[in-house]
Amino acid sequence: MITTDICIIGAGPVGLFAVFEAGLLKMRCHLIDALPQVGGQLSEIYPQKPIYDIPGFPAINAQDLVNNLLDQINPFHPTFTLGERVEKLERQEDGSYLITSNENTQIHCQVVVIAAGLGSFEPRKPAVERLEDFEGKGVAYMVKNPELFRDKRIVLAGGGDSALDWTLFLSEIASKVTLVHRGETFRGAPDSAEKVFSLAEQGRINLILNANVTALNGNGHLKEISISRKDKTVSNLDVDYFIPLFGLTPKLGPIADWNLAVDKSAIEVNTQDFSTNVERIYAIGDINTYPGKLKLILCGFHEAALMAQSAFKYVFPEQKLSFKYTTVNGIHAL
Amino acid sequence: MINITIEDRNGTRQDIVIPEGINLSLMEVLKASEYNILATCGGMGICATCHVQVLEAPGSLPPVNDTELDMLDTLPEAGPDSRLSCQIRVNENIAGAVFRIKGESNE
Repeated sequence: MITTDICIIGAGPVGLFAVFEAGLLKMRCHLIDALPQVGGQLSEIYPQKPIYDIPGFPAINAQDLVNNLLDQINPFHPTFTLGERVEKLERQEDGSYLITSNENTQIHCQVVVIAAGLGSFEPRKPAVERLEDFEGKGVAYMVKNPELFRDKRIVLAGGGDSALDWTLFLSEIASKVTLVHRGETFRGAPDSAEKVFSLAEQGRINLILNANVTALNGNGHLKEISISRKDKTVSNLDVDYFIPLFGLTPKLGPIADWNLAVDKSAIEVNTQDFSTNVERIYAIGDINTYPGKLKLILCGFHEAALMAQSAFKYVFPEQKLSFKYTTVNGIHAL
Repeated sequence: MINITIEDRNGTRQDIVIPEGINLSLMEVLKASEYNILATCGGMGICATCHVQVLEAPGSLPPVNDTELDMLDTLPEAGPDSRLSCQIRVNENIAGAVFRIKGESNE
């Protein structure tokens, strides 16, 4: 079990900066994020886009900001659980919390800070009959362990880079790979698209264009899929795995079940310290809402600073907090 | 004034009147009109959560650029009449158009 002072749910820019503000007050942080890398929306959606409203930076590339934040929090040695989603939040008798992820990682903390932006990024699911019935039983939304697919019959769906890349990769290890795409051209990397067309010409993969996967069948595990073509014909294909790859979309997920006051997928907070209606749980950044809320990174930074001052009382109940500027006190590594 | 019609996810249609000369995208107009759409990326055309279907377009909508097409390609339910509302500027060219909201809800 991981033990820390503050568990921050969400490793985006605001979650990262919260480590700095907590670290100044000698509070240790552990961050957990559903994405496999830190940076949140900045790294996942627009890493190469410039941001113009970060104080002190007339313009900064989104990924550079994330990298700078990592440098800034390095003295405080935060720990990370990445690629896992928080599933359970259990209040302990002493008021602390036990957090459990979907991979059963457990984190014990005194304070929970939700900095989850728009929620966790989850796979965008196509409208296919019985899709959810077969999740974990033949339907996968990502390739975590390629060995699972060795010598299996795989159908992938999608037209982006992920679909192309995994088609190329799995063609080397699966017994049969079929890529289904609703268009007839690919807008992913031209080089990857060329390779996919080439493999199809050589008969090494099965490429079905102008078509969609529309139904799944099986008994306990996926066995067969239906593919509908634009010309209205439908054919069935025997498969072991179906991997739809249509990008990620943000969802609030289990946070919605934690008895927090929520308005339109945002958590209501007290602007004095960005605490929620549940003691020891704070919400900062794009995930929260209050009168006048602006979804800006710099506002999230401000919220992180106030949160840390307030959270101190739970981590060090015996100590009195006195505010000091970093120019006076410096940065003392944890 | 520019008149357009919005069809919500439940099929309800509502006419919207937009002043001419405002520098807004259709996504911003939809959000200002309190339609329930995510618009995660805030208008950069890189999240595809402000997806709309163009049901009628008497005028000439701005052409789809490569970035928008790339994003639309990631949507399983996109069709030839799909657009990202953040990439459509509100001007007289969209007058009389009917858009159906397809993007994800924020609830």
